[in-house]
Amino acid sequence: MSTTTVAHHEEHAEHPTGIMRWLTTTNHKDIGTMYLTFSLIMFLVGGSMILAIRAELFQPGLQLLNPEFFNQLIGVHALIMIFAALMPAATGFANWMIPLQIGAPDMALPRLNNWGFWLLPPSAILLTLPFTLALFGIGDGAMATGWTFYPPLSVQGGIGVDFAIFAVHLLGISSVLGSINIIVTLFNMRAPGMTLMKMPMFAWGWLITAFLLIATIPVLAGAVTMLLTDRHFGTHFFDAAGGGDPIMFQHLFWFFGHPEVYILLLPVWGFIPQILETFSRKPMYGYKAQVYSLWAIGALAVVVWAHHFFTAGMPVPALLYFMYSTMAISLPLAVLFFCWIKTMWKGSMSFETPMLFAVGWIILFGIGGLTGLVLADVAADAQYHNSYFVVAHFHYTLFAGGIMGIMAGTYYWLPKMTGNMYSEKLGKLHFWLTAISFNLTFIPQFFLGLAGMPRRIPDYALQFAEFNMISSIAAFVLGFSQLLFVYNIISCARGGKKATDQVWEGAKGLEWTLPSPPPYHSFTEQPIVK
Amino acid sequence: MQVLKKIGLGLAGMLASLSAFADYAWNFPLPATPMALDTLHVHNKFMTITGIIFIVVLAIMIYAIFAHRKSKNFKPVTDKAPSTAVEIFWTLIPFVILLLIDFVIMGIPAYHSVVMMEDTRDKANMVIKITGSQWRWQYEYMDGDAQGIKFVSTLATPKEQTDKGYKGVKNENYLLEVDNHLVLPVGAKVRVLMTATDVLHNWWVPQFGSSRVAVPGFIRETWVQVERPGTYRGQCKELCGKGHGYMPVVVDALPVAEYKVWVAAKKEELAKAAAGADKEWTKDDLIANGKVVYEKNCAVCHQANGAGLPPAFPALTGSKIANGPIFGADGKYLKDGHLDRVLNGVRVMPSWKALLNDTEIASVITYERNGLGNSVGDVLQPAQVKAARQ
Repeated sequence: MSTTTVAHHEEHAEHPTGIMRWLTTTNHKDIGTMYLTFSLIMFLVGGSMILAIRAELFQPGLQLLNPEFFNQLIGVHALIMIFAALMPAATGFANWMIPLQIGAPDMALPRLNNWGFWLLPPSAILLTLPFTLALFGIGDGAMATGWTFYPPLSVQGGIGVDFAIFAVHLLGISSVLGSINIIVTLFNMRAPGMTLMKMPMFAWGWLITAFLLIATIPVLAGAVTMLLTDRHFGTHFFDAAGGGDPIMFQHLFWFFGHPEVYILLLPVWGFIPQILETFSRKPMYGYKAQVYSLWAIGALAVVVWAHHFFTAGMPVPALLYFMYSTMAISLPLAVLFFCWIKTMWKGSMSFETPMLFAVGWIILFGIGGLTGLVLADVAADAQYHNSYFVVAHFHYTLFAGGIMGIMAGTYYWLPKMTGNMYSEKLGKLHFWLTAISFNLTFIPQFFLGLAGMPRRIPDYALQFAEFNMISSIAAFVLGFSQLLFVYNIISCARGGKKATDQVWEGAKGLEWTLPSPPPYHSFTEQPIVK
Repeated sequence: MQVLKKIGLGLAGMLASLSAFADYAWNFPLPATPMALDTLHVHNKFMTITGIIFIVVLAIMIYAIFAHRKSKNFKPVTDKAPSTAVEIFWTLIPFVILLLIDFVIMGIPAYHSVVMMEDTRDKANMVIKITGSQWRWQYEYMDGDAQGIKFVSTLATPKEQTDKGYKGVKNENYLLEVDNHLVLPVGAKVRVLMTATDVLHNWWVPQFGSSRVAVPGFIRETWVQVERPGTYRGQCKELCGKGHGYMPVVVDALPVAEYKVWVAAKKEELAKAAAGADKEWTKDDLIANGKVVYEKNCAVCHQANGAGLPPAFPALTGSKIANGPIFGADGKYLKDGHLDRVLNGVRVMPSWKALLNDTEIASVITYERNGLGNSVGDVLQPAQVKAARQ
């Protein structure tokens, strides 16, 4: 994608070339491109890890991996997918699109923006370096505690845990910097006439995400730092022998971890309605209702954390509170689903790739949401908890709800970013392969969980064999289908049918008034929004 | 046409393979306790409700997808910016429907389930304590006839079957079989106290519907009341290290009369084992017994041949500790000596004090010093271990 914006030489567009351009850039489009490229690479890295796991789980018995290595892969897969693939993708879109959507020339804090990105590659290295070090006999590999770092297992673990803690620190700083930048940009740099209640929905989604990040990342940073001092400096925050409590860590972790789910999803809830209105050729329904619902979800996100560990034991009133507050999230979410479908209703729909992904996203994310509602029930949760049912549930929310949403956004904005149309044929093929193989991967996992297969086990009893086999085969189809996505993006960046300014017939909004690709410095004259 | 044919064949193949799934589990396994039965009802009810919501919403959407297309020349309605009142009315409908489902249809039964689940004490007939350790369960009967019965339950699947690359036939209950089953009387409400010695574990039998994290340093509670005799199998479901997949739970529920017989027999067996601690053992007997203990408890990390898995799990062959002195000049065991390490553990090495009896500890130490390529030549007697515990 590096060639996309180089071709344009407007005035004031001089910048260093080659590697220095990317190291020193403060341009929101360049930084956005770097975020998106980084995210795509890490998506493939995290994906190949899970394919190794699915290959091991193809049949009962140990075939390829040792249990230690298996445990390392599951945790690092999750950390990479969440922190290095999904979050940077959302931040990449924010960098690219928020200034264009609100009529600003750039982000408010461009140098901070540069630093925010360049913290990411070192943290990705920190996460994966222990694998390499272990090959040379240093340490015993990456963290093997699952991505949740639960002590005492993480206190017991090797240097991989320390590496992961520092990686999380860097990723956290990067996210907070990005969030500050987005909040400042949205509050100060909107075009004249664009009141808050006229902001594009994507900007709204990101504004709430940014507040959630600033509220919760410091708690995570504090929790993992306490873990670090427990490991090396003799503190006993999470050790009963010294008056601490291992479950305290779970409270701190999930105070971050639950909002994190919405941090990953809110930006997607922002641009999916925009895609729906574009391809339904009809303004989105219930703009205000959607904005208020996003706020409601943002607020509920920080008060429901303990539903992630009902089985760890807590008083009955606490169980009831966390159960009912979790169920309450379904109320604003129902409003959102209603508005999305009402936007499509009696529109004049066409189904280009972004629309296919958006519609598929509604259905699959719906499954994730509804199973989440069931999981909120404390009694049933005792069975679902830490079983494959939960694994299937959160992949419906994070793969379908998160990554497939990001894919919708990619196809939607790619012509705007590169100036070229991608291959519609390959895009549609990519969608169908992804949607079908995704379901074939994870539907069997619902049944595995119900039948009693715990998650995070490298080997399993014979009665789980058939479903695991189906799931593994489908996972490989799912994994390799993503190469189509990569190919489509690269060939689109290199050339192809030229895109018009508006790109999509029904597209509305400031970003579609600019040329495709937009000039290196856009909106040198402020647009006025009526 | 060729393509269609292929798809048709594929579909036929899939349908045929579906029939092979006829006896496969599509839902929770058959409940054996009131709690599991309740959970199953809750699950079925909620799945039905959410299933209906999903299908209704999907149907509306699919109708729109087919009817309101540009390719069918459907003209988009020009929504005048919907008046606020209309918008509020429409968006309140899904809100109210979910309110009803969440807090009435689902919420009220959920309340009763929670209260029932957490009521561990009312009318409890007996109490047992379950302790999770890497990677085994210890069971202790706290009251009644069985008071004092205490034993460890470890994976019984032969090691070669769980080894990497094993291609042969696996046991029927592969990974779900243990040496000592937990035995419970049918019909009794058993209050279960749960704790752990090292990291978090979770004692889970799917047919019981109860699952509780075992937290080191804390006691957590749950209860089971098995209503049908039988053997029930489950697993640890909290990631607890490399042996997480290898610490199953097996429970035998026996009718009360048979349970009483078992209690008497188990007590006798344990008394015999305790008596073994007082007699003088020969070196060969200790080594033979030690090999069994070693392979069951130690080989998972230190490996069957003593080579270990460095750097996390050191080798015992040639190790300083296994070849060094056990006791100091004052007759007490040395800190960081062989016996100290086995009794008290260090870092990842668990403390075996509570898990193995005197004879087992004496045997395994004697074995490690005279087998696995070591030849120290000395013997540790169970009586010495017993003395060292005081």
